[in-house]
Amino acid sequence: MTDLADRQKLSYIAAQAADARLNVELETEGMTLNIGPQHPATHGTLRIIVRLDGEQVVWAEPSAGYMHRGYEKLTEVRTFPQVTALINRIDWLGSFANEVPFILAAEKLMDIEAPPRAQHIRTILFELSRIANVSLFLGDLGVQLGAVTPVFFAFRDREYVLNLIESATGGRFHPNFDRIGGLKDDLPAGWIAETKQVMKRLRAFCDEIEDLLFGNEIFQSRLRGIGVIPADVAKQYGLSGANLRASGVDWDLRRDQSLPLAWDKVDWKVWTHPDGDSFARCWIRLQETRESTKIVDQLLDTIPAGPIMAKVPRIIKVPEGEAWVSTENPLGEMGYYVVSKGDLGPFRVKIRSASFNNISIVPWVLRGVYVPDVISILASLYFILGDIDR
Amino acid sequence: MVAPLSDDTLALPGDGLREGVVNALRTALGDALLDVVLKPNDDLWVRVRTDAWRQAGLVLRDTVGCDYFCFLSAIDWMPSPYGKSEEDPTQPKEPIDLTVQQGYAGGDTRLQVFARVTNLAKHFGVTIKADVADAHPSIESWVTVYAGANWHERECHEMFGIGFDGHPDLRNMYLPTDFEGHPLRKDFPLLARMVKPWPGIADVEPLPGDDSEDEG
Repeated sequence: MTDLADRQKLSYIAAQAADARLNVELETEGMTLNIGPQHPATHGTLRIIVRLDGEQVVWAEPSAGYMHRGYEKLTEVRTFPQVTALINRIDWLGSFANEVPFILAAEKLMDIEAPPRAQHIRTILFELSRIANVSLFLGDLGVQLGAVTPVFFAFRDREYVLNLIESATGGRFHPNFDRIGGLKDDLPAGWIAETKQVMKRLRAFCDEIEDLLFGNEIFQSRLRGIGVIPADVAKQYGLSGANLRASGVDWDLRRDQSLPLAWDKVDWKVWTHPDGDSFARCWIRLQETRESTKIVDQLLDTIPAGPIMAKVPRIIKVPEGEAWVSTENPLGEMGYYVVSKGDLGPFRVKIRSASFNNISIVPWVLRGVYVPDVISILASLYFILGDIDR
Repeated sequence: MVAPLSDDTLALPGDGLREGVVNALRTALGDALLDVVLKPNDDLWVRVRTDAWRQAGLVLRDTVGCDYFCFLSAIDWMPSPYGKSEEDPTQPKEPIDLTVQQGYAGGDTRLQVFARVTNLAKHFGVTIKADVADAHPSIESWVTVYAGANWHERECHEMFGIGFDGHPDLRNMYLPTDFEGHPLRKDFPLLARMVKPWPGIADVEPLPGDDSEDEG
């Protein structure tokens, strides 16, 4: 493996040398530019400080923390069932997916397993939150590059998914539906047929986006070959999800670990792309949305009968121990390291959110790029502020 | 430099593979590998001596093949002196036992650094822990081993007050620069709870027709 520190040092020296040469020849001065905290490209309040040499970035530093809510501390003074209301708000576009790994970790410590029907419905809702999340990414991607139409398409079709989540769980954005041992409620009548209709719509939406954006020449020239992240760098920085698969690493936690969820019962494909550039990251997400609709379709046909709750005590005390569970969330690997001391609440919860690692590569990947590419690279890395700051 | 894990070891299923990982770590680190917890069909925890932290990272990356950096953080094992907010505020406070008790793979100090790295090709992960001294908690930085450790160590530094030797830039990420205290330490009070007791600890009343034998 190449030594990353050396490579970083070399590219830094090269950047400095270029800087110095320009300064001598043209007597230019570096300029410091603040992108954000309030900037449409930052999906919230991420501030990025870039030092420019002309149009080129010589140094970049994201400054997170405008939305730090201290969830790791707050979990220590709540009971296990209360924690899901907090962690719903980490990645707010795919809320249900945040609850699942925490509940699975608690179930692992308690040595119980949700009944098959609950596992199945959990997986369906998990994939629906992925579709809701990534469809907004696909629309927003256009806005970042100057195309306004796709975002209206995205908001229109995401609404159907949110309606489904709402009719099943009662909450559009923050379902708080997952319980230790199963789910709060069963699916409402007519939900399955409606979901199938919506999945058909979403596949049509993916085709629309592909026609509108991915085949567009300007779109391609703005993204192809820009912001290339090699596989070994991506792994060292802990990039996950579509960002890692776009660098050619064939790794998907839905397939590569055994969890009490239903992904192993259906037929689907993990997409990878060898390029590692911005275009690859966007393309992977488009393909994954299509795969998700297929997963949901197949799962809807095979929901087993039975209860939706395992037998759990009314007052939940989780036995002493430590457990790590992570799942493939819309943004990447999201996991919880839960330490319990046998009390009503957890002793310590380490929240490993995907965006925190995905954004920590920004200083590396932005070095040497041009200012308009800063926006497209950030858009393609896809982060949610709540997922960075927690 | 120890040779990477052999193909035979890598071909073993789950727990056999984890045992191979433990053997590789033991060969490379010797008595710096302090404790191992291998839960069958679950996960692997190891604890290394503080001065072998960076070397253990190198062994995990190059020998064991865990080239994916998952996270790095710390745990404060002291029970909170402010209680768990589970007490009835109308009752007199019971004294709190502040004995430090570590979790898996043991330990000797109140603060522990722990990290997780994953082998993406063989789909297994290792959770590695190390003690840090109570008086001046500090440990070697992993930045030169896993570049992604940079932000995690910054976060850990401001939240737990643990120093990372060799880290290029331990500025605060979340807190103001002149903030005093380390919020994720157990003896840092959560002000919201100091001001107003948590209303969520209401006793659960039995439901009509509910059998009470499943009481927790």
